[in-house]
Amino acid sequence: MDYHTPASFDEAVSLATSASGITRFLAGGTDVLVQLRADIVTPDTLIDIKHIPGVRDITQNADGSWTIGVAAPGAEMSEHPQLGQDWPGVVEGMDLIGSTQVQGRATLVGNLCNASPAADSVPAMVAAGATVTVTGPDGTRTVAVEDIPTAPGRTSLAKGEMISAVNLPARGENAGDAYLRFIPRTEMDIAVVGCGVNLRLDGDTIVEARVSLGAVAPTVLLVQECADAIIGTTLDEAALDKLAEAASAACNPITDKRGTIKFRTHVAGVLAKRTAQIAYDRAKGASK
Amino acid sequence: MALDEYKPQSGGAELDGERKSFDYVGTRPERPDGLDKVTGRAKFGADAHAPGMLFGAVVRSPHAHARILRIDTSKAEALDGVKAIVTRADFATGLTGEFANVLENVMAGEKALYDGHAVAAVAATSALAARDAVKLIEVEYEVLPHVTDVDAAMAPDAPVINDSYADASVPEGFNANVVRYHESGHGDVEAGFAEADMVFEDTFKTEATHQGYIEPHACLGSLGNDGKGELWCCTQGHWYAQKYCAALLGLETSQLRVTASEIGGGFGGKTTVFIEPVALALSRKANRPVKLVMSRSEVLRATGPTSSASMDIKIGFKTDGTITAAEGTFRLQGGAFPGAPMEFSAMCAFACYDLKNVRQVGYDVVANRPKQAAYRAPGAPMAAFAVESVIDMACNKMGLDPIEVRLKNAARDGSKASYGPRFDQIGMVATLEAAKAHPHYAAPLEPGQGRGVASGFWFNHGGETSVSLALSEDGTAQVSVGTPDIGGSRASMALMAAEVLGIPYENIRVTIADTATLGYNDVSHGSRVTYASGLATIKAARAAVEKLCQRAAAKWGIPEDAVKWENGCAVPSGPNAGDFDPMPLADITATMGQTGGPISGHFEATPEGAGVSFGTHIVDAEVDPETGATKIVRYTVVQDAGKAVHPTYVEGQYQGGAAQGIGWALNEEYIYGEDGRLQNTVFLDYRIPVASDLPMIDAVIVEVPNPGHPFGVRGVGETGIVPPLAAIANAVSNAAGVRLKSLPMSPPKILEALEAGGDA
Repeated sequence: MDYHTPASFDEAVSLATSASGITRFLAGGTDVLVQLRADIVTPDTLIDIKHIPGVRDITQNADGSWTIGVAAPGAEMSEHPQLGQDWPGVVEGMDLIGSTQVQGRATLVGNLCNASPAADSVPAMVAAGATVTVTGPDGTRTVAVEDIPTAPGRTSLAKGEMISAVNLPARGENAGDAYLRFIPRTEMDIAVVGCGVNLRLDGDTIVEARVSLGAVAPTVLLVQECADAIIGTTLDEAALDKLAEAASAACNPITDKRGTIKFRTHVAGVLAKRTAQIAYDRAKGASK
Repeated sequence: MALDEYKPQSGGAELDGERKSFDYVGTRPERPDGLDKVTGRAKFGADAHAPGMLFGAVVRSPHAHARILRIDTSKAEALDGVKAIVTRADFATGLTGEFANVLENVMAGEKALYDGHAVAAVAATSALAARDAVKLIEVEYEVLPHVTDVDAAMAPDAPVINDSYADASVPEGFNANVVRYHESGHGDVEAGFAEADMVFEDTFKTEATHQGYIEPHACLGSLGNDGKGELWCCTQGHWYAQKYCAALLGLETSQLRVTASEIGGGFGGKTTVFIEPVALALSRKANRPVKLVMSRSEVLRATGPTSSASMDIKIGFKTDGTITAAEGTFRLQGGAFPGAPMEFSAMCAFACYDLKNVRQVGYDVVANRPKQAAYRAPGAPMAAFAVESVIDMACNKMGLDPIEVRLKNAARDGSKASYGPRFDQIGMVATLEAAKAHPHYAAPLEPGQGRGVASGFWFNHGGETSVSLALSEDGTAQVSVGTPDIGGSRASMALMAAEVLGIPYENIRVTIADTATLGYNDVSHGSRVTYASGLATIKAARAAVEKLCQRAAAKWGIPEDAVKWENGCAVPSGPNAGDFDPMPLADITATMGQTGGPISGHFEATPEGAGVSFGTHIVDAEVDPETGATKIVRYTVVQDAGKAVHPTYVEGQYQGGAAQGIGWALNEEYIYGEDGRLQNTVFLDYRIPVASDLPMIDAVIVEVPNPGHPFGVRGVGETGIVPPLAAIANAVSNAAGVRLKSLPMSPPKILEALEAGGDA
């Protein structure tokens, strides 16, 4: 195995482009190293990106949007004084991953590129409308988070491409986001169902919404039908029921050791209602 | 406690009748091993190291049931750093009984019997080289049909694990996977059911659960071609390890010296051997010490969980709650070998109650799963789950209070136990009364919450025990015991020795001696350590005190029987009372070399007065009807300790039993795929409770002295896990409004039950 510590994204891209066999980028390593030790993936080339300047930074831009470095760990997101005020759902989704020790290492981009449908930070990012900057041999492009995973363990990134930043939009007025997951325990578990909701109000009425679901399909889903169910409503009981129905209808889960098709489909509806309520209450709080 | 080692306790009359109070016993000093454990100085299994040490790794079957056609080690042997490879051919032949079963489990012979079954092992100069070598060992299998469920394994057409297992107890007509049968009870159950006003009958299932100890199995073995060896390992019983390793390797027992490391949890799962004989076989072949450490996934795939169970219970009641008859059938799956503790299920099931008519039947069933090992009161928790659920269903139906119904039927002093003997002085009623009086039982419930009550019983055990106590010139004492400390027992031994010697707790050091330096000791199991090693420590200390009194008598020139021992001093008594100043222990030991030689005391016996133990638990659970998620909101354990030597560690045992019970009841389970492979081989998916899943568990110690121990001690380690499954199931059922009859009560199962409807 070759191990590299490039000093720039360009160098990292050129290493990845010329590498043969299996290549993995190493940030926190909370998936890569675990898979290595468990003989699941043994990379031929390991590119440690933590030495690239700025990769741990969490920056608010002049327009209010956010840029989060690819090696910024969950713990730094949780302790950031402003980020969680703007995007509590994204921060909470990230914070749910693993233990305190894992939080000191794990990153948003690692969680995204591991491409698990149950990744906790991904539905929250998708609901938030987050994008990632992808750097590759042909330059740089911006991609919506929901377009990165293509199947469990697979991404749309081409050979030599890597994510070089996460971009969260400016929060704006009268808006809130939330993420909830269902696990049988209270922590240290993998989502059986996850749900992210991000919405904006005009008065009491929802005018914009994005609803995402995790662990109920091969990739995290952005469900337009769920958004449609609540846009134009005050999130009354009828709207919540329509939301739950749309969420359950969008599910295409599997039965595995963590949950059954029936259970996941049902709980997706329950979680969508509960998550939307939190996001709604946050938006109301923000509009006071 | 291992099945073959259980001996019915005949009782005893050891209790100090005149004792009114204690100076040390019942206090809560810091444990002597505490600082080492929190600073990292304590040496656990994987901390053993030897010059020239090799690292071992094990090749495991990926199949649930397969004939081993060929093992080709040539590529692995050619790998740099590989020093030895062993297969079954490197172990003893001609073994019978449990030795043969353990050998077969430690290293497969003709067939791999479960996913994870060891088929070969390698030792190399680094752990990485050993791991690479494992991948180069080619094993050719002929995959056979498999079965992992207990009821499926009993079906007439189920694949047979081994057609020579079944013993003569099994009635005609069963699949060969039914390997042992048990029947016990008394009275006439049919007549009893005829007398009943209402009869309740149902079927229950529980999944296998793992003990979940934090420390994976680890050992370092060194064995020369001269048949002399050393083994350092993490175990609950190093004499057991000595006996089994010697047998499996064809050694003389005394030539193998075994030292027990500190232990990061056992709960019964470390009462047997897995990798220890393998490390020794590798060492013998490589002529170098070999270290073997299991990964968590090896622990879950290949060490012993408890049995899974399928049970039928029928209980008849009068309208006032009096039980007229009780009958239970217990089918336990114990993996690919005989030994599922179905007779313990059967014998414990109804032991809380004084029953005129009772009958219990047990079936030991083999399947393609790892060999079950003891797990805290083996067999009893699942039986209590089934029986106490039926009692709760009856209470709900008849509108009776669950504690009152249990009190009405409770076993009392002199009751004939459901499993045969008459009880001596017991605490069943005392635990029920204490539970009834506890504020928890009267506390109001919030909407969505339900309360469950359940009682439980465990035999407790004595076992072979040796203890040696030596006094030092400075008046301190060292105690050598042979039972690995799995629950604070060194503190308890020091307290009991302090009580007898009359010297401070801090002046006594208790060591777990190795097999070469003390007489034989049974394993730390059966809740026996504080009882049996404690009794032996007291008697060893008394033997030393007798010698101390002799030295004082000689110095004073008075008869030996005119000296008594008080507050750590020899004191003249009777006609000589007041003639001399009390002589402190340290004054006697300071000159002991000149007054007759070193002073020590020892005691060896197989005490048989381990008093039985009862507990009653109260649980409040909250069920989310939309997701099936359960939260345990309040938990109270009431249990009889006889006499709590170190109350903090007694409370810890109670809380630990409840915590493990919460895991077993709610989320822990072995999940097998269609292919017979275990799907959840790490703690991420084998869901033991995390700290935030648990409420603070209230522990109430009841003390009904055990007549079989000088201070009245009863074992407390196991009874605490008997009531939880039932108490939690009762609480969850009462919260959900439907009866849960299958463990674990995972969220999907609770939603299914809610959908199906019915009564609690």
